Amino acid sequence: MSQYEPLIGAVVFLFTSGLVIFFSSKKIRTKFPPVFRKLSAAIKLRRAIGLAVEDGTRIHVSLGNGSLVDPANASALAGLSTLNRIAQLASTSDLPPMCTSGSGDLQILSQDVLRGNASNTHSLGQLDPGLARMTGVTPFTYAIGAVESMQDSGTSANVLIGDFGAEAALLLDGAENQGSYKLAGSNSIIAQSIFFTQADDTLIGEELYALPAYLGSQAAHQASLRVQDILRFIVILVLLGAVLTRLAGWA
Amino acid sequence: MKSPLSVLVAVLSGLLVLAGYFFPFPALIAIRTPMLDWAVTLAGIAGLVAIINLIVGVHLKRLREAGSKRFFSVVVIITFLIVAAFGFYLGPADPNFQKVVTAIQTPIETSLMALLAITLTYSSLKMLQRQRNWMGLVFFLSVILFLVINSGVLAFSAEIPLLQDLLSGFHKIPAAGARGILLGIALGSLATGVRILIGSDKPYSG
Repeated sequence: MSQYEPLIGAVVFLFTSGLVIFFSSKKIRTKFPPVFRKLSAAIKLRRAIGLAVEDGTRIHVSLGNGSLVDPANASALAGLSTLNRIAQLASTSDLPPMCTSGSGDLQILSQDVLRGNASNTHSLGQLDPGLARMTGVTPFTYAIGAVESMQDSGTSANVLIGDFGAEAALLLDGAENQGSYKLAGSNSIIAQSIFFTQADDTLIGEELYALPAYLGSQAAHQASLRVQDILRFIVILVLLGAVLTRLAGWA
Repeated sequence: MKSPLSVLVAVLSGLLVLAGYFFPFPALIAIRTPMLDWAVTLAGIAGLVAIINLIVGVHLKRLREAGSKRFFSVVVIITFLIVAAFGFYLGPADPNFQKVVTAIQTPIETSLMALLAITLTYSSLKMLQRQRNWMGLVFFLSVILFLVINSGVLAFSAEIPLLQDLLSGFHKIPAAGARGILLGIALGSLATGVRILIGSDKPYSG
């Protein structure tokens, strides 16, 4: 690592933070409302949530087997935001969403999210703490435990968002046998390719981090999505600049 | 209602650890290192809490309900108690204890791996039923193409320069695609991390 890399990292962090705060402001949101491309997975998920509320069935959110102390934790954090939003959207249902994870820290956070939503809807007394559970500590035990949990609880839709590996195939196969809707997204390329073959809808690449914004979450989610777009254009320009520089023989 | 104190503690802790990474001054490192150690310890305790929640909140509760799965919960609880008792008595690093646990765990996970291979083969065959669009077709054709290329059937290409160049070019396509996806994931991770570090997204209630 060169001596300038941490400095560049700090500049990128400050620049991104500034943009997120800027686009989160009410003035900017009103003056320049965000316009995002259509994400069919988000539309179908909203529909699945509506159907689950009407049918009296449950939505299962799976956060994968990553941990908060892993470098891949951002996907699980996006999963927690999605869980929060799904719990809000399904708040009129008798059956709150269920969440499975493969690490203790995510289990505690997901339980906290469900408790917070139950508190907001004055249904804390009816909340089952077992709805947020760690089903296993190794990838395979996690997947098998999650399949068993979803079969137990009358699930009609499964949302897999987080750090998964090849074991996600077993999870999706369990959901397929139940005939439930499956939306999946992961930071892992292996998991994404498996999701593409097995899930009804797959979130590719950064779409995973955009899902909370598409479900109409807080302003910060929409702001960070705009920032992602800006950063993507900057990356494209840098790549094109590098290619042109190389072609011109300057580097 | 989120507690402002817990949000403040979370945001300040995150910013201090990040600052210690960007600017490795001795004072910042002195704060950052113990904070990271605490985080790892807390994650370990969280694991213990989650296991107790699984045993008490899920399996013990299931014992009170009628159903065929009650038996499996009995097995889980008894196994947990035996492993925990021996683990505390002998210590988790004891070679005999590790040998017994591994001798049970490895065959089970290996059988699941075999099951995974069958599941993946079956879902690959069923994929075109689910993904009836051009992306599905491209994915399917790519899988077939790379299976053929990597199978060794085209080993004779080493003698034909043009074919070898073509295959070498094909090998670079997945790497390019993966890089594109990883760039998107990196940007998404950055935006998610920033959102949490500045306190505008709080996946905890405090």
